[in-house]
Amino acid sequence: MCGIIGLLIKKPALRSELGRWMTPMLIGMTERGPDSAGLAVFSDPLSDDHARKISVYSGLTALGSGFDWHALAAALEKHQDSAVTVQTKDNHAIITVTGDPEQAQRFIKAYDPLLHLLSLGRSIDLYKDVGMPAAVAQRYDFAHMTGSHVVGHTRMATESAVTPDRAHPFTAGQDFCMVHNGSLSNPYQIRRMLEPRGIKFDTDNDTESACRFIEWRMREGDDLKTALETGFDELDGFYTLLMGTENQLALIRDPFACKPAVIAETDDYVAIASEFRSLAHLPDIDHAYVFEPAPQEMYIWKA
Amino acid sequence: MEGINFDLRQQTVRDLNSFLHSAEGKAKRGTIEVHHPDGAHSIAAGLNAPVKVVVHGHAGYYAAGMNMHADITIEGSAGTGVAENMMSGRVHVKGFASNSAGASAHGGLLVIDGNAALRCGISLKGGSIVVGGSVGSFSAFMAQAGRMVVCGDAGDGLGDSLYEAVLYVKGSIKSLGADAQLEPMGAEDLQILSDLLAQAGMGQHSAADFKRVASKRELYHWNADANQEY
Repeated sequence: MCGIIGLLIKKPALRSELGRWMTPMLIGMTERGPDSAGLAVFSDPLSDDHARKISVYSGLTALGSGFDWHALAAALEKHQDSAVTVQTKDNHAIITVTGDPEQAQRFIKAYDPLLHLLSLGRSIDLYKDVGMPAAVAQRYDFAHMTGSHVVGHTRMATESAVTPDRAHPFTAGQDFCMVHNGSLSNPYQIRRMLEPRGIKFDTDNDTESACRFIEWRMREGDDLKTALETGFDELDGFYTLLMGTENQLALIRDPFACKPAVIAETDDYVAIASEFRSLAHLPDIDHAYVFEPAPQEMYIWKA
Repeated sequence: MEGINFDLRQQTVRDLNSFLHSAEGKAKRGTIEVHHPDGAHSIAAGLNAPVKVVVHGHAGYYAAGMNMHADITIEGSAGTGVAENMMSGRVHVKGFASNSAGASAHGGLLVIDGNAALRCGISLKGGSIVVGGSVGSFSAFMAQAGRMVVCGDAGDGLGDSLYEAVLYVKGSIKSLGADAQLEPMGAEDLQILSDLLAQAGMGQHSAADFKRVASKRELYHWNADANQEY
């Protein structure tokens, strides 16, 4: 199974409501995905063009939530030879760096190989962990998050083990993430196409293949729409995929519409969920335009 | 006679359905109003009495499933499998219906004012379905008996592997499934279709504007020479 949620706030003045509106959406999908939960929240990009945020997970390290992030930040600062800031919450830290962000990522991985790099970008922060969605939401205080759009997921694992790194969303490149309800039948074929091009994988999860495939297409020059069109040709299996970029939300369903999705739109927001159950609490929902996205169509909203 | 109200923000679906299945619920002759359904699953499933239920909002999966005798109206949309395996009675969805609406219904009438998604009327076994809007791909797949009326368009593979169910479509058909064919409308078709449209409250459509789709019956017998070309 699995549950998907997405929320895009149309009016900048309402971005402070993102967490309050989105958290019940995520918890509403608990029955579809009780083993793990996660989300990527997108907010205004860092004003410094050269600065990047790296979300890092410490739950697999020896110290877990007691990981000494400040020692890491100090070492990284020395290595990057520029200022590093760190914001921590339980197993999670957002490390902001300037200079070469990939060099910083390599340093973090070498510092403690059990640290898991969750995301990289100017506007994305990514949280994911095992446990009931309500527990994960509380652990990372999802209810107080702010931003323009969010991509979230509750997981009922079918294709790979229940571990924090195999929870969704998956990321590739910068400011891009994907969540998936369904199962792909050709993830290894896609991996075999990407790996010779130097694209590295973190897990054996099928969604990671789709995520890296779409990001690779965009890095090769496709816009999101063209990348998704190629996705329809290359991705085989059952899927509803929700993706986030710095300024867009995108949704596609496989041609057989095996996996659900429902959308509610008002002047204030676009909300997406696997089921209406997760939308019922949203403000003014009785007057929202509620519809089911068609199979093999692309739905793209701009933040 | 006085009706009764359930508020699914205060009560559970089990509270509602237990009442509807109880002797008291079955004897209820007023309208049973369900408020704040909020997309909950299995609302008013398994009813077996001529009661009247109105759901004020969007219903989740399998609403009004296995219905016998009851008259159930959903003012909003319905999730997957609305009125699946209905035996008799009437289910009316005023919004849209998700996948597999009316799947394997043996009897009764399912009316959907909006669109129905994929696989509407799959394995239909004798029930009637009237859709005011369009139906998605693979609708009426392997439908064995009964009638499906589509006032809008039909998607790909309509009536694939159809048995003896008959489909009427007013709009365009993206493609017919294997063994489904267009056939001329007869006098009996016009009569049945007019009656169904009237029962569904869609009398604004003229039966003469619809096309009839039924089985070629070529898949009824194994043909070793067909070379997998159907």
